Amino acid sequence: MVSLKHSTNGLLHVAAPQANGQPPTRDAGSTAVIEAHDIAKIYRIGDIEVRALDGVDVTIHRGELTAIMGPSGSGKSTLMNILGCLDQPTRGSYKLDGVDVEKLNDNQLATIRNKKIGFVFQSFNLLRRTSAIDNVEQPLIYAGVAPRERRERAKAALEAVGLGNRLKHHANELSGGQQQRVAIARALVTNPAIILADEPTGNLDSKSGAEIMCLFQRLNEEKGITVIFVTHDPRIAQHTRRVIRIADGKIIGDDPITDPIVACPDKALPDPILEKLEHAAA
Amino acid sequence: MLLRELIKLALNTLAANKTRAFLTMLGISIGVGAVIALMSIGTGVQAYVTQQFASAGANLIGVVPGRIQRGPGGGAFGSQAPLTMADYRAVAANTPNIVDASADFSRPAVFAYANNTSEVNVTGILANFSAIRNWNARLGRTIDEADVTGRSRVVALGQTVVNDLFEPGEDPLDKIVRINNVPFRVIGVMESKGSSFLGDQDAVAFIPLTTAQERLFGQQAQSVNGERIVSTIYVQAANKDVTPAVISSIDALLRERRRIPADEPSDFSALSQDELINTFGAVTGVLTVFLGAIAAISLLVGGIGIMNIMLVSVTERTREIGLRKAIGAKPSAILTQFLTEAVFLSLIGGLVGIGIGLGIAFVVSQVADFQPVVQAGAIVLAVGFSVAVGLFFGIYPARRAARLNPIDALRFE
Repeated sequence: MVSLKHSTNGLLHVAAPQANGQPPTRDAGSTAVIEAHDIAKIYRIGDIEVRALDGVDVTIHRGELTAIMGPSGSGKSTLMNILGCLDQPTRGSYKLDGVDVEKLNDNQLATIRNKKIGFVFQSFNLLRRTSAIDNVEQPLIYAGVAPRERRERAKAALEAVGLGNRLKHHANELSGGQQQRVAIARALVTNPAIILADEPTGNLDSKSGAEIMCLFQRLNEEKGITVIFVTHDPRIAQHTRRVIRIADGKIIGDDPITDPIVACPDKALPDPILEKLEHAAA
Repeated sequence: MLLRELIKLALNTLAANKTRAFLTMLGISIGVGAVIALMSIGTGVQAYVTQQFASAGANLIGVVPGRIQRGPGGGAFGSQAPLTMADYRAVAANTPNIVDASADFSRPAVFAYANNTSEVNVTGILANFSAIRNWNARLGRTIDEADVTGRSRVVALGQTVVNDLFEPGEDPLDKIVRINNVPFRVIGVMESKGSSFLGDQDAVAFIPLTTAQERLFGQQAQSVNGERIVSTIYVQAANKDVTPAVISSIDALLRERRRIPADEPSDFSALSQDELINTFGAVTGVLTVFLGAIAAISLLVGGIGIMNIMLVSVTERTREIGLRKAIGAKPSAILTQFLTEAVFLSLIGGLVGIGIGLGIAFVVSQVADFQPVVQAGAIVLAVGFSVAVGLFFGIYPARRAARLNPIDALRFE
């Protein structure tokens, strides 16, 4: 089972320190990949002070499958932006994979995003008129990876999401589900510490949505990848093993899910996604 | 980020918006093409003018009545006390460092032969004209010493007059033409000098100076004192270096002869060929710069076109910029990406513009009398300028892109 401590009173989760170099599996969950303490984000609009986040503590361990859930306006997007190093908190400390993020400048934040975070967005955000493999290569270009290695890694990432047969297809020639797979491959290709998925099924029909959730579950279970969903949808949250509830800029609940929904239709099948895709293409 | 990646990215983006890229580049192409074409035409005109003056004869100094202001906008004005034969003789006898001196007298006249007529200036010359002005007869001979002393009614015609008066293929030699109704025998046809900005240089006819002054124009060729008038005194200086000294000694001599007080300007002008070249060179040089400046304005407008389209592009691609930032693009990478696009637009536009400029120069060389001179410097300048335009007008949109907040950019609809 997942070994995580949680508290509902906003205290810092203290994870038992473990030796580095531990294989990134779920069972090594005591290695904290996200340690955020007393995070606040305060906007000033004229004289009015808006507290988008107000003293949030989050600790997430390597290999966890977590959902940050809350209604719109709850501060979950702000939290995601801060956890994703797209934004910096007004107050508090944030350590991502051992790096103190709150002290970094724009360039250093860009490097952190490039190396440690994979983003998956609701609207995919692929480059149009650009092939799937070129889309997946983009983060590696910014990482300065040589062209040949880039191509190989991008191909491997696309194969991992079941799109090994769609490398040269342009983004606009793919279905929504397939586009989101390309986006997931793009998030995976840099071997990030965490994948941040912002309503990843929001623009998909229920069948494609289930396939995407299945993919995330398999990536988490089989490859031990840390995935954090940001969603308003309780059903998405039910696919994870832990739900952090947020409302009015504060964490109001942090509960394990003992019996998550399994999105993959039959785990016994070697590669149901790929098979389905090939079936659909035939 | 590697240059290769940047160029590939820029080309892909431009290829995705072909019409827009083409139209934007067109602005730069027209600008660069105009700069190159007009600069080469200007330089060609300058070379042509210099060559036209140089063909008038080596180290030639001309003295004419009236004051000619030096520099652009000049011209003869004021009372023109004519130059006389006595002036000519004094100059020829008393000026040091000269090879030779000559004088002419020129007035419009009506030429008639058979049923044809022609109206050109007839010029009375001395026998040394051909040597000083570097102009000989193509057919027959020109005026010689005997013609001058004998006040002969002989004429050497320019090609244009021959064409006016005679049928094609007809031999003009020894034919009798009437000049202001006085019969003259054709003794020669002058070498053709073509026409230029100085007018048709072949619309001439030469007769002995004495004949012109005494037999053809009589009263017109006499000053109030009854002296014989000349239109121009020509002096050939020994070499280029002494030319200014020769001019000043002519100046001093004539001022004294004409009793001009020291504080008054001369009522005549002694100009060397070099001065004429310099004067016209200054005019054509200003013209070249002026044309280039007009062309540069179109380049500027082209550059504004690039800035405009890049700003549109940044707005359109806000989400792309946000995404690139999310996956790890540093602000400098975004800046370079957009700057590369702008520079590529202007550089490709500039290269096309060189082709347009060369094409125009070629067409002009086929149509006009002069050869446009395409200077390598103008091409380098045009390409350099178009890259600079791309950089200058690209930097603002690119900075805007680089400074976008990734969160706002990702949310942008």
